[in-house]
Amino acid sequence: MEPIICECGHFNPNGTVLCESCGKQIDKSDNQKSFDMRYEGSSRRSKTYKKTLIDKIWNFFSSVKVGIWIIGLILVASIIGTILPQQMYIPSSVSPSVYYSEQYGFFGQLYYQLGFHNLYGSWWYFLLLAALGVSLVVASLDRFIPLYRALKNQGVTKNERFLQSQRLFSKTNRLENNAEQRETLIKKIKEKHYRIREENGNLLAEKYRFSRWGPYVNHVGLIIVLIGGMLRFVPGMYLDETLWIRDGETSVIPGTNGEYYLNSEGFFLETYDNNQEDQKISESLSGAGNEATIRNYQTNTTLYKIEGQAMPGVNPELKKVKERQIRVNHPLRFDSYSIYQSSYKLNELNKMTFNLVDKQTKEQLGQIEIDLLEPQKTYDMGNGYRVEISEYFPDFYFNSDGQPATQTQSPDNPAFLFRLISPEHPEGETSFTAIQNTLEMSSDNTLRMDFENAETKNLSALRVRKDNTLWILLFGGAVFMIGIIQGMYWNHRRIWIRTTNDEIIIAAHTNKNWYGITKEINKILKDAHIEELADPNTKRK
Amino acid sequence: MVLISGNLLYAAFLLYLIATFLFSGAIRDKRKLYKNPSKWASAGISATFIGFAAHLGYFLTRWVAAGHAPVSNMFEFVTAFSMMFVVGFIILYFIYKVAVLGLFTLPITMLIIAYGSMFPKDITPLIPALQSDWLAIHVITTALGSAILSISFIAGVIYLLQSVNQEKQSKKTLWLEFIIFMIVTAAAFVLVTSAFRVLDYKAVYSWVDRENREAEVIYNLPALIGPNQGELLTEDAMTAFVEVPAVIDSVRLNTVIWSLVVGLLFYVIIRLVLKKRISAALQPLTQNLSLSLVDEIGYRSVTIGFPIFTLGALIFAMIWAQIAWSRFWGWDPKEVWALITWLFYAAYLHLRFSKGWQGEKSAWLGVIGFGIIIFNLIFVNMIIAGLHSYA
Ligand code: HEM
Repeated sequence: MEPIICECGHFNPNGTVLCESCGKQIDKSDNQKSFDMRYEGSSRRSKTYKKTLIDKIWNFFSSVKVGIWIIGLILVASIIGTILPQQMYIPSSVSPSVYYSEQYGFFGQLYYQLGFHNLYGSWWYFLLLAALGVSLVVASLDRFIPLYRALKNQGVTKNERFLQSQRLFSKTNRLENNAEQRETLIKKIKEKHYRIREENGNLLAEKYRFSRWGPYVNHVGLIIVLIGGMLRFVPGMYLDETLWIRDGETSVIPGTNGEYYLNSEGFFLETYDNNQEDQKISESLSGAGNEATIRNYQTNTTLYKIEGQAMPGVNPELKKVKERQIRVNHPLRFDSYSIYQSSYKLNELNKMTFNLVDKQTKEQLGQIEIDLLEPQKTYDMGNGYRVEISEYFPDFYFNSDGQPATQTQSPDNPAFLFRLISPEHPEGETSFTAIQNTLEMSSDNTLRMDFENAETKNLSALRVRKDNTLWILLFGGAVFMIGIIQGMYWNHRRIWIRTTNDEIIIAAHTNKNWYGITKEINKILKDAHIEELADPNTKRK
Repeated sequence: MVLISGNLLYAAFLLYLIATFLFSGAIRDKRKLYKNPSKWASAGISATFIGFAAHLGYFLTRWVAAGHAPVSNMFEFVTAFSMMFVVGFIILYFIYKVAVLGLFTLPITMLIIAYGSMFPKDITPLIPALQSDWLAIHVITTALGSAILSISFIAGVIYLLQSVNQEKQSKKTLWLEFIIFMIVTAAAFVLVTSAFRVLDYKAVYSWVDRENREAEVIYNLPALIGPNQGELLTEDAMTAFVEVPAVIDSVRLNTVIWSLVVGLLFYVIIRLVLKKRISAALQPLTQNLSLSLVDEIGYRSVTIGFPIFTLGALIFAMIWAQIAWSRFWGWDPKEVWALITWLFYAAYLHLRFSKGWQGEKSAWLGVIGFGIIIFNLIFVNMIIAGLHSYA
């Protein structure tokens, strides 16, 4: 469509309401007493094109009302997600389908069935966030481009009606010493850091225009954050593994393609207790119950990197990289990885010692030590005595069929089905031994396994993380902060002054903080002995 | 040191009380925009300053005594928040010089301090996750941001007190009275709790918890609501009227009911004395102000507070969560409620672009926003337990 040429000679894009240069009203359809100055009466796509489907989609997402609805829906959905604990915070040993109805009755059941137990990971929550992103982009483009044009092309000489319809306006009949008065006025305005442009008796004083870009900058920041958040679905950007490591153990670090190994020298746990050197804290502790509060827990580790290529089945050659105490708030960082102290298990059973005993004579026939993590198949004690492990249950219980079984693979409650071979019984006797008690399969056994002692080790849970999106998020956050400060802590202020033969017209506009601009200009006007502006705060009441 | 610290907090409380009276002397002030504030107002703000200095003194001495920033339990966090509330007031007072703002902010500040004092005041040792400089950085910034945002609540209430027509009863008068009733209830909570504390009231119940274990629970207020299968162990203590299932925390519910009942009692007494709605009685205090100026104050507090809140409650929070918990965001209830607060104020800012949303509607939004902040500050810790529940 054709551009519109204003009286003043400026070419305006189709859809312009107020001439970009002189502010004359072009689109008369909106014939109000005061103009809407929000976007300088510039031509916005959403207000100009309304026909095609694309126009309609554009206009939908460009609307602030729609934006607020999206924000509101995200807000309400987020609230719903906090009513009951999300799936990730319930014990992992119970199935959510059981947990919610068991703990919270019918309401819990409903909550689970509506999918609210995993609300923040649901497709519709994701869609809402995506809609927010689209809306941010469209709304910002729709406004930023015309606003930028309008402010760049603005003229110094403004149409009189434009000035009159400003919220801040004053008209003074000229006094005698008008030249001098004008001088003081300009001087005072300059003192307030306004930049001044003049054109045949008209004057435009302007400052802090950059604050107008604040919202767009902060929206860009938000978009960067949203994109960063979505990038974590891209493979390789993001890693989250748990490494359980026992004291003394060296283990490959998961997720590093076998490149890095970690050795744990040991895990430590300290509590605050009353005989600690820390006087002031122990004082208050004795007052406030005696539960030991954990002061610190940490794993002392050494990080190794392999030399050469990792080869399956071959013990790699390791080169020490660094030593580090991994504590909460003090992760180990290397390459793009970080290892965090996350959890622990104290005194896990590690080795067990049993004696082979003759039931009758109580004679000890031999001793074996079983590594509970990697038990051997057979233990030879010499003299024809041998113990075979037919079955091993690291975490023993009786399953629903009444059969022995194991709940997990960690040795929390080990039980063994031994075959005890002796010169008298070369085919072996069967003995079932659990840690708490020895159940005998057949009571006419001549031999028995007696529990002697057990060795425990601490187990530390380390979280292995890599997150290449962090920098993007941090950058987005920084952009957001810059934009928001730019837009919130400064305001774009303009003063127009027009002098004709017998009067001075003053009009002013700000995008926010009318109180501030009124106060500032009135101070200037008072010093220059020109009639003060009407106070917009009382005018609008 | 802890003693000095506590006394400084008392001093701050008293000075805020004095400042409130001084500000009340300034309400007749019909000052125009550029004139200097009245003598009363100047005296009021001076007293506020001295009170704030004492408050800050409390904070710093406690910091030294504890060896960590005193923002690690409910008492400390609430008193820190109240201090930031005064900072917010001082900032907005210096921009707008409106004495009535002090008249309303300072009593609320005192109420918040008193509320915080109902929690155990012991210095608590830090669990490993909290042992970080980010504790101070994150919590102080968040408290400051929320407190400045909360000034829009004060401005909102002032706005509504003036603008809502008290001649006839309406939905608006009802809701306005409800806000005031909530404030009275908060005061009732403080008084009831203190009264029974002075009496050293204690009733021990044995009960059966959610995992079907026997446990004991202590009531510091007479039990109206008993725990699940509760049995009173203390002699001559009151027995509860009803019993609640184990999912509900009976002690907290009991406290809430006590506060509501006593709050209602206070409210009725005050109304009988005043012979009109409390908001109608307060209305004259706000009469000399221009409504659009009050609206602007509320809006300004949001524009100042929102960036600070974003920095503290989202950005710093995420940085710290990444360091301490290995993930910057985990949908923990406290995190989600910070996001909700942030979204709410984002909606507020955008709503103001629409015609008709400035003025009275904005004032209501300011009130709701404060409701969300208080909910996150206090109730999320109590009702929805998560990683942050240090109460
Ligand atoms: C949570 C998400 C959002 C945040 C935090 C945010 C933040 C902001 C802020 C702080 C401002 C400046 C407000 C002021 O100066 O008073 C602003 C302005 C604006 N926002 Fe958003 N915004 C968000 C989402 C959206 C969405 C979804 C839309 C889509 C319609 C949108 C459209 C606008 C518009 C049109 C402006 C006015 C720009 C101007 O004055 O030139 N915003 N936004």
